Amino acid sequence: MHPAPSIIIFTTLSGAGFGLLGLLFLGIGPFACPAFLWVSAILGFGMAIGGLLASTFHLGHPERAWRALTQWRSSWLSREGVLAVLTLAAGGIYAIFLLFGGVAVSQLGTIAALLSIATVYSTAMIYAQMKTVPHWNSALTPAMFLASALSTGLLALTFVASFAGPVPAAMVVISIVLVILAWGLNLAMWRRNAETGLSGVGSSPETATGLGALGRVRLLEAPHSSPNYLMREMVYKVGRKHAQKLRRLALLVGGALPLVLLLLAGTGFAEPFWLLLAFATHLAGILIGRWLFFAEAEHAVSLYYGHR
Amino acid sequence: MTLLPETTQKKLGLAIDLDTCVGCHACEVACKEWNTGGYGAPLSDQDPYGEDPTGTWLNRVHTFEVKATPDRGASESGTPMSQLSQLVHFPKSCLHCDDAPCVTVCPTGASYKRSEDGIVLVNEDWCIGCGLCAWACPYGARELDADEGVMKKCTLCVDRIYNENIPEVDRVPACVRTCPAGARHFGDFNDPNSDVSKLTAARGGMDLMPEMGTKPVNQYLPPRPKHDIDLIQLAKPELTEPTADGGLLGWLDKALEKLG
Amino acid sequence: MKPLHALANGRTEQPSTPASPVVSDEIRKTTCYMCACRCGINVHMRDGKVRYIEGNRDHPVNQGVLCAKGSAGIMQHYSPARLQKPLKRVGERGEGKFEEIEWEEALELAVSWLEPVRKNAPEKLAFFTGRDQSQSLTSWWAQQFGTPNYAAHGGFCSVNMAAAGIYTMGGAFWEFGSPDWDRTKMFMIFGVAEDHDSNPIKIGLGKLKERGAKIVGVNPVRSGYNAIADEWVGITPGTDGLFILAMVHELIRTGHVDLEYLIRYTNAPALVIDNPGEADHGMFARNAKDEILVWDRKADKELPILDKKAKPALKGKVTLSDGRSARPVFELMAEKYSSDDYAPAAVADRCGVSEATIKRLASELAHVAFEEEIVIDQPWTDLRGVKHKKMIGRPVSFHAMRGISAHSNGFQTCRALHILQIILGSVEVPGGFRFKPPYPKPMEAHPAPHAKSEAGAPLNGPHLGFPRGPESLALKEDNSAVRIDKAFSWDAPMSSHGMMHMVIANAAAKDPYGIDVLFMYMANMSWNSSMNSGGVMDMLRAKDDNGDYVIPKIIYSDAYSSEMVAFADLVLPDTTYLERHDCISLLDRPICEADAVADSIRWPVVEPDREVRGFQSVIIDLANRMKLPGFVDDKGEAKYKDYADYMVNHERRPGVGPLAGWRGEKGDEGGRGAPNKDQLNRYIEEGGFWLEHIPDEARFFKPWNKAYQEWAVSKGFFDKPQPYLFQLYVEPIRKFQAAAEGHGDRQPPERLRARIKETFDPLPMWYPPFEGAMVSEDEYPIFALTQRPAAMYHSWGSQNAWLRQIHGTNPLYVSGELCEKHGLKDGDWAWLISHHGRIKIPVARMDALNPHTVWTWNAIGKREGAWALKSDAPETKKGFLLNHLISELLPERGDGYRWANSDPITGQAAWYDLKVRIEKADAGDGVAQPHMDAQKSPVGVGPDDIAYGKEWTK
Ligand SMILES: Nc1nc2c(c(=O)[nH]1)N[C@H]1C(S)=C(S)[C@@H](COP(=O)(O)OP(=O)(O)OC[C@H]3O[C@@H](n4cnc5c(=O)[nH]c(N)nc54)[C@H](O)[C@@H]3O)O[C@H]1N2
Ligand SMILES: Nc1nc2c(c(=O)[nH]1)N[C@H]1C(S)=C(S)[C@@H](COP(=O)(O)OP(=O)(O)OC[C@H]3O[C@@H](n4cnc5c(=O)[nH]c(N)nc54)[C@H](O)[C@@H]3O)O[C@H]1N2
Ligand code: SF4
Ligand code: SF4
Ligand code: SF4
Ligand code: SF4
Ligand code: SF4
Ligand SMILES: [Mo]
Repeated sequence: MHPAPSIIIFTTLSGAGFGLLGLLFLGIGPFACPAFLWVSAILGFGMAIGGLLASTFHLGHPERAWRALTQWRSSWLSREGVLAVLTLAAGGIYAIFLLFGGVAVSQLGTIAALLSIATVYSTAMIYAQMKTVPHWNSALTPAMFLASALSTGLLALTFVASFAGPVPAAMVVISIVLVILAWGLNLAMWRRNAETGLSGVGSSPETATGLGALGRVRLLEAPHSSPNYLMREMVYKVGRKHAQKLRRLALLVGGALPLVLLLLAGTGFAEPFWLLLAFATHLAGILIGRWLFFAEAEHAVSLYYGHR
Repeated sequence: MTLLPETTQKKLGLAIDLDTCVGCHACEVACKEWNTGGYGAPLSDQDPYGEDPTGTWLNRVHTFEVKATPDRGASESGTPMSQLSQLVHFPKSCLHCDDAPCVTVCPTGASYKRSEDGIVLVNEDWCIGCGLCAWACPYGARELDADEGVMKKCTLCVDRIYNENIPEVDRVPACVRTCPAGARHFGDFNDPNSDVSKLTAARGGMDLMPEMGTKPVNQYLPPRPKHDIDLIQLAKPELTEPTADGGLLGWLDKALEKLG
Repeated sequence: MKPLHALANGRTEQPSTPASPVVSDEIRKTTCYMCACRCGINVHMRDGKVRYIEGNRDHPVNQGVLCAKGSAGIMQHYSPARLQKPLKRVGERGEGKFEEIEWEEALELAVSWLEPVRKNAPEKLAFFTGRDQSQSLTSWWAQQFGTPNYAAHGGFCSVNMAAAGIYTMGGAFWEFGSPDWDRTKMFMIFGVAEDHDSNPIKIGLGKLKERGAKIVGVNPVRSGYNAIADEWVGITPGTDGLFILAMVHELIRTGHVDLEYLIRYTNAPALVIDNPGEADHGMFARNAKDEILVWDRKADKELPILDKKAKPALKGKVTLSDGRSARPVFELMAEKYSSDDYAPAAVADRCGVSEATIKRLASELAHVAFEEEIVIDQPWTDLRGVKHKKMIGRPVSFHAMRGISAHSNGFQTCRALHILQIILGSVEVPGGFRFKPPYPKPMEAHPAPHAKSEAGAPLNGPHLGFPRGPESLALKEDNSAVRIDKAFSWDAPMSSHGMMHMVIANAAAKDPYGIDVLFMYMANMSWNSSMNSGGVMDMLRAKDDNGDYVIPKIIYSDAYSSEMVAFADLVLPDTTYLERHDCISLLDRPICEADAVADSIRWPVVEPDREVRGFQSVIIDLANRMKLPGFVDDKGEAKYKDYADYMVNHERRPGVGPLAGWRGEKGDEGGRGAPNKDQLNRYIEEGGFWLEHIPDEARFFKPWNKAYQEWAVSKGFFDKPQPYLFQLYVEPIRKFQAAAEGHGDRQPPERLRARIKETFDPLPMWYPPFEGAMVSEDEYPIFALTQRPAAMYHSWGSQNAWLRQIHGTNPLYVSGELCEKHGLKDGDWAWLISHHGRIKIPVARMDALNPHTVWTWNAIGKREGAWALKSDAPETKKGFLLNHLISELLPERGDGYRWANSDPITGQAAWYDLKVRIEKADAGDGVAQPHMDAQKSPVGVGPDDIAYGKEWTK
């Protein structure tokens, strides 16, 4: 699949935003510190809304985007939209009370937190539902999206929490656990990718054309000598070596580096600095991972365009 | 309307005969021509005279090469590779699936399947151009128009098949009407007596990628066997002389006698 | 409210779509010209623009269907490459630098170049036209002008097919006939990718598929029609003649021939003089009345071949009443084809077809022809007056085109195929191959060539025709060619369509002489229609020692900014096919069906929005200005003001004009009749074409069917019935051979004597194609071919925004075996090298291909700057032509001469003789080589976006 920047930014950033907000809504962090509250709210809402806005960049008709809220009975994209709106609404009210009234309405917070999770889940389901993309069509997709949302969200929150003084060790420890979890799930997806893909679900040029009984099927001539929308959008090819390199890079930048930085932060020296770096590197790694999530995914339509 | 209708009254669609399609691209261009001034936005072209000409098409004809292997399709061993390889021309447009994933994923209700005839359409006024339906389609039957930013797909020529402004014989899809070889058949798959139903039954019409669970309406009629000499020969493998006279034209006198 | 409702509900209602939207304001019915198939089209007009073009269901050619090109007509009609105004060259030839001039200036300039030529030396004008459909006008124009140098494109196209057909049976495949699609049970198609009958062949194949008839494709490449054939014979190029004659060998050896048919309708029983070494050897035995003789096996005496009582013998040497010996044609044939040279086992390896396959196919043909005969209960009377109760059909049929004809052995191969279908008794019978009126038309019904010119006077007759023997040649005293293309000279004695592919080379070499004006129409001669394109470009811009162009003046008419335009001194811009009058006349290549006669018109369904004029009207204007005989009356007044006027009012013979429909004062006569002022309106009202069915009794056995012959006379095809016999043995060919053997006062020059002796065999035979025989097999072991893509027409489809998305580049398809041998895979680049040149091209693997063969789509590569394409268009970077590898001359032969790369009999360009080797290459910059310098576009480049029809979509 074509790794469109808008979609990579959308899923990653809104994931981080909703992750952060979800944790905030649950009352995690030094609530006594207004700077923490303000910065985390701005960062959380900023990333969530920024991500959502990014998602409209690739729309042909963004001015009609509101229509995407109508089909929640069948469409995960619609559900995602509705849930995002509800999350932002509930979370917004929660935040107003918190920032301007100084009260944390915990029931509302819990609801908003659950909505945040649900939003990230439905974002993931937009991809996970695609039978046409076997690499995505798995429970691992929402698991990975949720873990990444929480890990990036928590790292952000932890960083902001450091404004209020040394962060509790538990936060750092949980951060470490989540970073490991996020990459563990990414690794699991990569492993699964190697084993599944189109052939894993029994799809091949032979099934795509129905000609398997006659022999082995190979594209001789594409319908047009020039590329088309389908090829640009769904028949993206990334070299195996290149992908391996990027995976290693993602793991290093988004996994190993943040872990080291978190440990450094754990020493208490220049904590905010290490935490900021940890968040930034982790997010960067997740972005690379998300790029691969798209770029490596094989779409069934590629079987009509020479893919085996 | 992105919930699929439970059932549709008719199941209109195409039966495409891969044994007859010569890969001439006529259906593809006729489709573009009819539709660019018809249903919804034009089918635009970008850089049409430049380096990377590209455009929106609702029907595209692929060419596949199929090579028989000992376990599939090959009749004798020792047959040269060239004789075991064949070309199959493969036109592909929307298959108007019964379980159309492109419809259910659509967030706006722009994609829908009609309850009266099963045609899958895009209401372009509602379409936000998110492209998700194209992702959901395993067949590559949907293309986002770069000029209008809306999703385009085969309409089964919904603006022809019921159109009282055109003569009744012409109320068939543009691609069917134009196909010179008669490889495209249009009809109601719900009606067991329709041409398409009968052809599908007789010729072993097949679903593409059944594993995707889309239940396509359009059917593909597979090529007839081409490698098995026993199946394709019309007469015994060698001629024999009618008389045993021998010599050049040994048979001639008798044959002339018969003529009188 | 609705959206809110939807929000709450998670669903919306199914929108309603109008069932009957407006389609168009008006339908104008005319004739397609996206190719030469000439289908009927319904042009739907909306708001004065073309909304949509569809096939005309009533039209005989396409019966409603349309091909990809036809449906892309909109993009051709509104193409940015359309020329806008007459152009006068200001730069050097080939640069494409022009100034726009007014029509009056253009026409006067043309006259100022042409008039002196006509007055002094009319042969100094070479007027050659491409695949236009107005050859009855252009040839007549040239004849009135007086130059012997006229022809259309047939010489480089498929004259082998046409000539072999006419000489053998009075008509060819091509557009002159078709298989009986409704009845045939076994169909063999040789060397066809598309053919001119684009849609009819596809419609026909569809019918065969529906009925389950067997289709056998004989072609090195298994694409297109061959892909759907039930059986594919992946023959080695150039060997079809052997393959066909091996089947003939089997049929004759085992007595599976239609004797009755051969005796009645062919010259099989005709007696051939057996007098080796003498002038009459190999000529037919004739009586005093010049009737060909047969030997009556019952009465043991000679009788005229048309004698009703004759019981002709088919074998045995006889002594004629004049004492000479003679043998029947059939025996000569049997002897020839029974030889071991034509035994399946002997030809199998060379043809790349197994012995078993050849034998089986012969057996299948015999089985279907003789065991599955079809009978139509329709009495008819034959040429001897014999009444038949029924029409007996042999339901095997054949079709072939350039795959067998575009070789230097193509004429004889085409003849061989006709022999095969004739001995099976399957020509002009139900289920077999059938002619389309006004064919069949034997050689005798066609003129012989004419080439006698005189200053200021018309030529002595039509240029092109069918030579009867050496006496028909166009030779000067010194035995050299009269014509600039050397047609009808010893180089190509039976070049019935001329040799357009030699004109530029000969004119540039001033061999046989230099010319003053080269006038061409609708042929991209500096590019895809020439061999050695780069060399031809150099010839067009060659200058002599004085710095003057060797070809002093070039006038060219094109509708679009093609590669040839850049080489013209004066460009006469034509309209598009939707903007002009045209007629598809019975005097030219017909559009009839086997069961009906038909012709059609084009008319301006859209008015031109540029300063362009229909070429035919332009040459009529030029003729009027020069006061050419025939175009002006006694007072020098113009007879025809434009082409439309000519179409209606010109009479070639009394009552016979360009259009056959609605003739006569009242418009109620078909075929013959006085001109009818209202004729064009009638055509327009009736859908753009005229059609009349052949009476039932006349539908089959046309050459010999009394009812048909009479009907043909009533329609004006001939002036008196001309029944004739099929010529298994062609005497005119023998006459040339006899000349080469040293008989007669016109004999070939020594350099050609041996080859004429060998190849001018009056019975079809096979010899290896010349190029392959001359170059080293080790150096050039591979055959290289082109095929027409169904969705592209030569060069003129590349300006089409839709078609060029389909074929914007062309890889070289390389057989699996060759890929493995040379380590090539998809996307690699390779050098392809012939004795003449080398090209660097992208390759793709194809297994369903003769193992020794490579091929590519024809005419995709373009010169930078042409066709209003941007300079980085893929056609100019990756697209390529094989033409750079094909030389118009064969390698030097040791005697200092280079033969033309043509069939020695007809002069047909031997495109498919090309032999090459392949070498893997570095991709480098990914640009195909050679890459010619750019030409400047006189029309700019096309727009960045198209959204055709936007105004009709709310
Ligand atoms: N390698 C290779 N070369 C081949 C062949 C092959 O098989 N292989 N085939 C050969 C054969 S059979 C042929 S017939 C030739 C064909 O070659 P060409 O006859 O050159 O055919 P086109 O490229 O179509 O070019 C015809 C010209 O007519 C112009 N034209 C189009 N419409 C109109 C019109 O309405 N009016 C006027 N005045 N001009 C118009 C086009 O713009 C173009 O410049 O190519 C030959 N060349
Ligand atoms: N779409 C489209 N239609 C066209 C044209 C076009 O450009 N585009 N051009 C028109 C013109 S001008 C012409 S002349 C006709 C030509 O019509 P065709 O004769 O159909 O045209 P070619 O493309 O030359 O096809 C030649 C075929 O012969 C095969 N072949 C080559 N060598 C041999 C051989 O030795 N033996 C056998 N058995 N096969 C061989 C090639 O693989 C190819 O399939 O088409 C006309 N129709
Ligand atoms: S028009 Fe018919 S024959 Fe041609 S590509 Fe389409 S389906 Fe095949
Ligand atoms: S073919 Fe694709 S677009 Fe058409 S209904 Fe099926 S899934 Fe949807
Ligand atoms: S592109 Fe349009 S039709 Fe497709 S899913 Fe999005 S809104 Fe629906
Ligand atoms: S049915 Fe109509 S819209 Fe669909 S492919 Fe055919 S022509 Fe195109
Ligand atoms: S075959 Fe196609 S391009 Fe040629 S005349 Fe017919 S419709 Fe037009
Ligand atoms: Mo041609």
